[in-house]
Amino acid sequence: MRNTAMNMVHKLATRDERVLYIGSDPGAGTLRAMSKEFPKRHLIEGISEAHIIGMSAGLAMEGFVPYVNTIATFLTRRCYEQVAVDLCLHNLPVRLIANGGGLVYAPLGPTHQAIEDIAIMRALPNMTVVCPCDADEAARLMEKTLDWTGPIYIRLGKGGDAIVSKAEHGFEIGKAILMRPPGDVLMVTTGIMLQRAIAAADLLAAQGIRAGILHMHTVKPFDAEALLQAVRGVKLVATLEEHVPSGGLGSAVAETLIDKLGSGLPAMLRLSLPDRFMHNYGSQDSLLKKHGLSAAAIATSIERAHAASHAPSPQLHST
Amino acid sequence: MIQISPHAEAALTCTLDERSLYLRRLVLGSVRSAGRGHVGPALSLIEMVRVLYDDVLRIDPNNPRDPDRDRAILSKGHGCLALYALLADRGFFPLSELDGFCGPDSILGGHPEYGMVPGVEASTGALGHGLSIGVGLALAARMRERSYRTFVLLGDGEINEGSVWEAAMSAAKHGLDNLVAMIDYNKLQSYGPTDYVLPLEPLADKWRSFGFAVQELNGHDVGALRTVLKQVPVVLGKPTAIICHTVKGKGLPAAESNADWHHKNKLTDSELDAIRVAVGDF
Repeated sequence: MRNTAMNMVHKLATRDERVLYIGSDPGAGTLRAMSKEFPKRHLIEGISEAHIIGMSAGLAMEGFVPYVNTIATFLTRRCYEQVAVDLCLHNLPVRLIANGGGLVYAPLGPTHQAIEDIAIMRALPNMTVVCPCDADEAARLMEKTLDWTGPIYIRLGKGGDAIVSKAEHGFEIGKAILMRPPGDVLMVTTGIMLQRAIAAADLLAAQGIRAGILHMHTVKPFDAEALLQAVRGVKLVATLEEHVPSGGLGSAVAETLIDKLGSGLPAMLRLSLPDRFMHNYGSQDSLLKKHGLSAAAIATSIERAHAASHAPSPQLHST
Repeated sequence: MIQISPHAEAALTCTLDERSLYLRRLVLGSVRSAGRGHVGPALSLIEMVRVLYDDVLRIDPNNPRDPDRDRAILSKGHGCLALYALLADRGFFPLSELDGFCGPDSILGGHPEYGMVPGVEASTGALGHGLSIGVGLALAARMRERSYRTFVLLGDGEINEGSVWEAAMSAAKHGLDNLVAMIDYNKLQSYGPTDYVLPLEPLADKWRSFGFAVQELNGHDVGALRTVLKQVPVVLGKPTAIICHTVKGKGLPAAESNADWHHKNKLTDSELDAIRVAVGDF
């Protein structure tokens, strides 16, 4: 996914002279081909994220479309005020390409694990937050970034994630994709949780539970219409995210349902990472599994919640 | 013991001409109307902003978005009253707007906002942002082969921020001789002396070692400011830093070098009388 997104920057640069790549101190050879073809538009600016965001704002004010790239935690935590003030307040078309969203950098520990990035980026007015699920979707997303108004935070996965997105679904920023029609259950996913949702849906189907999947690649602006359409008749909505429970996809879904439905809400199950820093290493996959986000664990959680949502309501008995 | 610069001594003793007094009346009129404002930080800046807008910047108040205009960013956004006075006086917006400072329907807030105030290039207020944005503007000029120049006005307290030094390294790396950093070195930040809060000396050496061509002057000396600003770039291939030795609250004896006047709420009758004595009736 990362290589695809990077190569797309080069491709976009070929088409449009406004496109710049700005890296802090990326891996040796990052976008080498672009650096040779467009040396003046391939900028490596040092481990100075706060400055890089401000500089990108200045370049965007003059009509450039900078694609800024570094590790997700450094692009969010380190320079949050610059992102808020220089990019969002001025509503400038700077694209933040965040390597290693979620637990991709599991072995490197909590400084490198972007577990609250969706929440803090989503909280900013004018920010757009997109979490593609695979390399193909990342490519379709990048095509749409050239002329999008305002800043975009792009949360990239590890790379090599199974390709589950489909070209026929197309891709529009802010438009969710219904991957499977809902039954009793609707799973709402973002990023690479889609792969797990598909596997979980198959496991649930074997248990006789039909679970739909709404892929919310864009968490902001949130496609409330698609969600409201998909939850019709659904008894249980389960959100899946590689993120802390506060402020991410689950929060966005809950907020939307409360705001738009008010009453008659379906039961809701928010599956996420816990509200704490990870102190285990291993791999993205092992950490997700540890926190109940393997396909099997997701299916089990949903099965239980589904059963509970069908159980008769507790009655108050009077004597 | 830090050597006191002769420019700093000159800043303390120099007198102000009628235009400088007039601009102070505009600033203090806004403070009187609003019952609030950063007085000290605006008064130390006035001559720097005045010379920029009167004599240096290639700008057209009737075409504030002219692509070829020089860019100026007030990175120490809390000094905005000085900027507003100049922009109003130069016709970017009516002088009457100054009376609405910080009012509910005013375009003029306690920090300047891009898109709200004609002539304001960037929203500032959070410190340590302006030089990076300026690097972006200056780099864009280079890439687009445009001749505009970028001036960034920084506070001395502001350059406590590490991001300023990130930006300085970047400006030097790119050899941005179309970029000028002007430091309002009044030696007093919100809490107290810069030398107490976070010592900046040797300040000129710092900028020099970061790759800037450095000039030092009395920041209230209109003639010196004109001379230096008309010389930039001082060294081809290098960004310029102009360390402007100033006096916080300059022109108002009660406020001069007095941290209590960093931000002022309602002015008392006796304070208003003292202001009239210092800068004239307003």
